[in-house]
Amino acid sequence: MKRSVPLLITALGGFVLIAAYFIPYTQSWGESVAVWFDILASIAFILGGGNLLKLHLKKVYDQVPGWGYSLIVLVAFLLTLTVGLGKMGVQPSAQFTDFAWSGHYREIGSPFWFLYQYGFQPLTATMFALLAFYIASAAFRAFRAKNLEAVLLLGTAFIILLGRTFAGVALTGWIPPDSAFSGLRVENLTVYIMSVFNTIGNRAIMIGIALGIVSVSLKVLLGVDRSYLGKE
Amino acid sequence: MRGHFTLAVVCGLGVLVLPAAGQTPAPAAPTELTAADRPWDNGTRIDLSWSLSSDDAALQGYIIRRRAGEDPEFARVDLVGPGTSQFTVTDLSPEETYLFQVAAIAQDNTESLPALTNAPITPSMEWFDGTRVWFLLTLVIFCGAVVVFIGRARKGATLKLRKIAGLEAVDEAVGRATEMGRSCLFIPGIADINDIQTIAAMNILGRVARTATEYDAKLEVPTSKSLVMTMARETVQTAFLSAGRPDAFNPDAIYYVTDEQFGYVAYLQGMMVREKPAACFYMGSFYAESLILAEMGNAVGAIQIAGTAQPAQLPFFVAACDYTLIGEEFFAASAYLSGEPDQLGSLKGQDVGKLIVAAGIVGGVLASTLAVVTGSSLIQSLVDFFMETMLS
Repeated sequence: MKRSVPLLITALGGFVLIAAYFIPYTQSWGESVAVWFDILASIAFILGGGNLLKLHLKKVYDQVPGWGYSLIVLVAFLLTLTVGLGKMGVQPSAQFTDFAWSGHYREIGSPFWFLYQYGFQPLTATMFALLAFYIASAAFRAFRAKNLEAVLLLGTAFIILLGRTFAGVALTGWIPPDSAFSGLRVENLTVYIMSVFNTIGNRAIMIGIALGIVSVSLKVLLGVDRSYLGKE
Repeated sequence: MRGHFTLAVVCGLGVLVLPAAGQTPAPAAPTELTAADRPWDNGTRIDLSWSLSSDDAALQGYIIRRRAGEDPEFARVDLVGPGTSQFTVTDLSPEETYLFQVAAIAQDNTESLPALTNAPITPSMEWFDGTRVWFLLTLVIFCGAVVVFIGRARKGATLKLRKIAGLEAVDEAVGRATEMGRSCLFIPGIADINDIQTIAAMNILGRVARTATEYDAKLEVPTSKSLVMTMARETVQTAFLSAGRPDAFNPDAIYYVTDEQFGYVAYLQGMMVREKPAACFYMGSFYAESLILAEMGNAVGAIQIAGTAQPAQLPFFVAACDYTLIGEEFFAASAYLSGEPDQLGSLKGQDVGKLIVAAGIVGGVLASTLAVVTGSSLIQSLVDFFMETMLS
């Protein structure tokens, strides 16, 4: 029963979505299935929040190494939750002035907005900015010319990077754009590599991915693959 | 007296003629505008056709407008080029009546009188969307091939599979973690369970969990979606049960972190630095965090295996991980690892799909080349049919 019901729901939901794609009269059924998922996902927020609290409270209580980080997580979580749910500092909306909570929770100047604008967003941007350093370190390793394939990769990457800069374009700017050799200008080489070699590789991968998705979906819908339910 | 009269006549004519000389006459209007419901569609399209304006060669094009039942005036739909006498209006509602008009527009934006449809028309919804019939046919052939090969595999047919290095390395990675007395970290991406990549990741997690149980290695699964956490717990618990060690299952090792992409990354980075996992598995849907995580795993000396169907992230994983499951390998993992005939048969079915695609590519390239070389209108129409009807 514990396996049959999820399998039945999966098959039903999947086949309804397929039918909705081909049969116009069933389009609304597909939309309903999508709404059910949204409802489930909303309830799951409570599940996630509960798990977060339990885990970090336990770490703080047991004073495991690094419990201070858990304390920061708990304080930040509860503070944001209280300020956001309570709509603290939010003015009532112009339409419903008699209702204290009628304003938008992200109203400019409210404490929640302040936390988002000056706490959350800079931290997120910092994490994203780290990517630049990691790209440099990964490129350093990936572009080491240790065999023929690596040399080809290095050469291609060099042309592409050069073609994206003004200096690179200027380097071959002396080749007349309307001559027979205009294809050797760095910016044209870059376009050629991207639109031919890169596209070919990408499409090959995309075709494989598309076929893989159909195959896995079919196995899941027919119940052939149940490893996501725990069965191998 | 006569001179005054002549002057007055000339001035009068000038007043009448000069402004008219500065104004371009409106182009001739298109005629015989007809609207017909598009057959075999989902009730959102109407086909319009009209006779070209007699000034067609000098036009900027034709403006198409529509008016729904309750609308006060006509709204512009599109502008089509000169020589065009047909147009399909899309995004209509099957419960609404529409009127259409088409006007010729000159180069200086002067419009002709519009041609109007005679009567309101309502797009009707058919029971089947005929525009998708070729897609359905392809899907039936492909799914049929998968089912046929599953049937053959059940009957005992031998199916040969090439080795996938990334999947062969799962045991090696977990074994290494056991030897080093460190944990295995499994990251199932940042998508929810409605993403097929997350389901494929769960399939691999089952195998990793089972190996970890057998080797007595610690497995940790931080998730960025709470539904994924629930699913991962079920998967790992069952793996522990089937390995005969239900007591070793620790639900707290599979936990929710945050839905926020970079919050999740920040947690994982800190955790990697502190705990230094010996094996990292990145399976699922990843975006900008792929390289940050893989580089951090590399920095702490972990053996890393990644798998995703995000083509943009594959180069990052290839550069930073020891093994990468590229696209279809990632989806084949479940079948490959389980070794069950049912699942292996589905992989052979996939090969039939690849054959169809390859045949289509080769046939399309040959036909296009022949159409250009020979100038044959028959071959060109076949290519057009393939491109515009079958593939669209």
